[in-house]
Amino acid sequence: MNATHGVAVSVAACAKTFADGTRALQSITLEIARGETVVLLGPSGCGKTTLLRIIAGLEQPDRGGRVLFDGEDVTAVPIERRMVGMVFQNYALFPNMDVADNIAYGLKIRGMPRKERQARVAELVKLTGIEGLEHRRVDQLSGGQRQRVALARAVAPRPRVLLLDEPLAALDAALRERLRGELNRLLRMLGITAVYVTHDQTEAMVLGDRVVVMRKGAIAQVGTPREIYFSPANQFVAAFVGAANILEGHAAHEALVLPGGRLPLPAGGRNGPLVVMIRPEAIRLVAAAGAALAGEVESVSFVGDRLRVTVQGVAARAVVVEAPNAATVKPGDRVGLAVDPACVRILADGSP
Amino acid sequence: MRREKAHRAARASGSLASLRRRLVFAGQLLFTLAVASFLVVPAFLSILAGVTANYFVGIRSGVTLQWVVQVLTLYGDTIMRSLVIALATLAATLLVGVPAAYALYRRGGRLSRLIEEVITLPLAIPGLAIALALLLTYGGIPEFRRSWLFILVGHVVFTLPFMVRSVIAVLAAIDVKLLDESAASLGASAWRRFRDVIVPNAQPGILAGALMVVTLSLGEFNLTWMLHTPLTKTLPVGLADSYASMRLEIASAYTLVFFVMIVPLLVAMQWIAGRGRPNGERR
Amino acid sequence: MSLKTFLRLCLAPLVAVVVAFFLLPMVRLILVGATGPLGLSAYAAILLEPRYRATLFNTVVLAAAVTAATIAIATVAGLFLQRHRFPGRALLVALLTFPLAFPGVVVGFMIILLAGRQGLIGSVTAALGGERLVFAYSIEGLFLGYLYFSIPRVILTIMAAVEKLDPSLEEAARALGAGPWAVHRDVILPALKPAFLASGAVAFATAMGAFGTAFTLATNIDVLPMLIYTEFTLSANIATAAALSVGLGLVAWAALATARSVAGRTVAAAG
Repeated sequence: MNATHGVAVSVAACAKTFADGTRALQSITLEIARGETVVLLGPSGCGKTTLLRIIAGLEQPDRGGRVLFDGEDVTAVPIERRMVGMVFQNYALFPNMDVADNIAYGLKIRGMPRKERQARVAELVKLTGIEGLEHRRVDQLSGGQRQRVALARAVAPRPRVLLLDEPLAALDAALRERLRGELNRLLRMLGITAVYVTHDQTEAMVLGDRVVVMRKGAIAQVGTPREIYFSPANQFVAAFVGAANILEGHAAHEALVLPGGRLPLPAGGRNGPLVVMIRPEAIRLVAAAGAALAGEVESVSFVGDRLRVTVQGVAARAVVVEAPNAATVKPGDRVGLAVDPACVRILADGSP
Repeated sequence: MRREKAHRAARASGSLASLRRRLVFAGQLLFTLAVASFLVVPAFLSILAGVTANYFVGIRSGVTLQWVVQVLTLYGDTIMRSLVIALATLAATLLVGVPAAYALYRRGGRLSRLIEEVITLPLAIPGLAIALALLLTYGGIPEFRRSWLFILVGHVVFTLPFMVRSVIAVLAAIDVKLLDESAASLGASAWRRFRDVIVPNAQPGILAGALMVVTLSLGEFNLTWMLHTPLTKTLPVGLADSYASMRLEIASAYTLVFFVMIVPLLVAMQWIAGRGRPNGERR
Repeated sequence: MSLKTFLRLCLAPLVAVVVAFFLLPMVRLILVGATGPLGLSAYAAILLEPRYRATLFNTVVLAAAVTAATIAIATVAGLFLQRHRFPGRALLVALLTFPLAFPGVVVGFMIILLAGRQGLIGSVTAALGGERLVFAYSIEGLFLGYLYFSIPRVILTIMAAVEKLDPSLEEAARALGAGPWAVHRDVILPALKPAFLASGAVAFATAMGAFGTAFTLATNIDVLPMLIYTEFTLSANIATAAALSVGLGLVAWAALATARSVAGRTVAAAG
């Protein structure tokens, strides 16, 4: 079970225009390596589900677009012959079959003998931790159990690629977090090529070998979770993945000149107008006296493991700082801000 | 002092309100009971008349099954024919209606809506007009005109929309597109999906539609009266005949036989509707 | 086989049946209506010929009266049944809805048993020393018959609509100081309007075309279905019967279509 299996998936120039003329997807090209988990991340309407459905074979790309599995062109192959596994947002378990029959359905379709089928179902039941539920009806399962059955059913026929369409979106927060961990373990263990659609950036960070951030039907950035988080390609990615302070100012002598003082920049930058991004946790609160950058505390929110402090007078917009929860600041205090130049990300473009 | 007065007034108006509420309740209950008896009393009278030796004299003339027996000998053939036609109508609406309902719902779009609209027209257009249209078009083919199949055609046209709509309603409730896609992702062909997933999950709608179709076919008169020949009389045609020409006891006994056939179907329909409601949210 | 092909195969039998046994015959009916000695003016004659016009007028007035009375009765009973839980309620609901599938002929017979020559009302009035009251075979009897088969259908629709009413609307109105009358006038009845339109259209269309009841009761009542029947069978006046049928179908269909465009789907006549 540990061996990497599945195929490499190539999406070549796939665009999608629906019958009513809406363009859901600009021309997209994307290479997914064998055994890799790629997360499609973006707000609703960004085209991530459409892209997944094109890979699945549930939608046809516009003329010229192609989908290849290990180099084989599968664009014209309907989903039922594409050998993909799919987990749907609402699971789409068959209400007329019990849990075991649901998991076995794909095997039955492929004509696997009964004995082998039962063995494979037992294997998956164990793997997904749903022992004892084999003969439950679907409507007797909890949300988490349904999610596991849907996953077991999708991987039972050993698909060439596993496609997951917001599989955790229908669950409450605590359960979502637990299942996210389980899913991660399972995907690593199966080593299967997987494409995972979500609008939740934490899910994308945890699960993705690579994350594809999408916006308005186009790819905004492709990269590892770290690259996406620490080096966002533009303001959209910076703001969508985690919290971000976007500061605009004028660069001079390796510092950004702001209303509240000077922000040191990484060495070697050009002078002139500039837009930079700093994560809230990269800023430290220091004494105002002698600080290069200072402002006035606007609000302090206690969020448990830390304080969220907004500071005004530093830049055009208030700056958000994540401070240790032991910090004692209150609105009205003058504070200084200290930032390691290595944590200041110069955005490639100033466009929103 | 003044406060006590206000209290007393409030209490008095409170008890007045509760009295008024009780009066309104009683009035509405009486009204509803009166409406129910308007519907039930004549049905009860007809059952009574069907087993009374002489209705003019009253129940003290004795209880008898002789009228029922007479009805069975006089009109047995119409009862059998109605059963056959009802079952044949059911078979036709199942074969034609269930796949069509799936296709109409799954395809969606303007053409599907138009087709649905057209097949629903027989619900709006009086049976008399449809019967006349069928007579004018196919009445000239004597073999067809004389056969019970002529009536079957009318019943199918009239009941088909009930089956189609009943199935579509269930397909919409279970989000059948999602189930269809998920079966496809597991490798099932269109036909396998229809057989393994669509039909089993549409069963409540198919069952409700089937009961409706059989009930309507058994009681259909407006079309059938125009389409029947002396050799293809159905139960309701026989009923009209007995109402016009038989003594009240026979007409009542015949009606009683009809009730016995139709009431179980109605009870089953209400049972299904009631069962569907409390946990109506599926998936 | 692709899904598209499979869906087409699924639709083919339906399209065949509907075209052969419904659309073609309806076209033929419309054409035949124009083949009489009057030609196309057979359709105009529905409105111009005094006898036809009077019958059409009678039928529409009768159907409208039945619709209004049914809605009034069903609203009172439906609101009551949906608002209160008491022993025997389920039975009462069942009793009110079970005549749903009675054919028109049977409904006619029910009215005969109630108000016919050997009917209950006659016996009671005679026993009370009055004249034996018999009205089954008149327009009043027909009215009662139409009421009989309309009530169950309309009650069901109204009860379903009452069940779906948002209780917080009524609570909000009461919190603002509205008494029971004001709540009904300003909140409940307006919220039920779509149900009134939908079920009213069904009741109207059904009453327009109801043939079985009229056939059982009417020796001498001029309503459109009876007129069509006599024109066709007794006078063999086929073109006129066809034209009248088309007119009747149009009126019934128009009532339903109007109600549906105002109230949304789920409107259909039956019987």
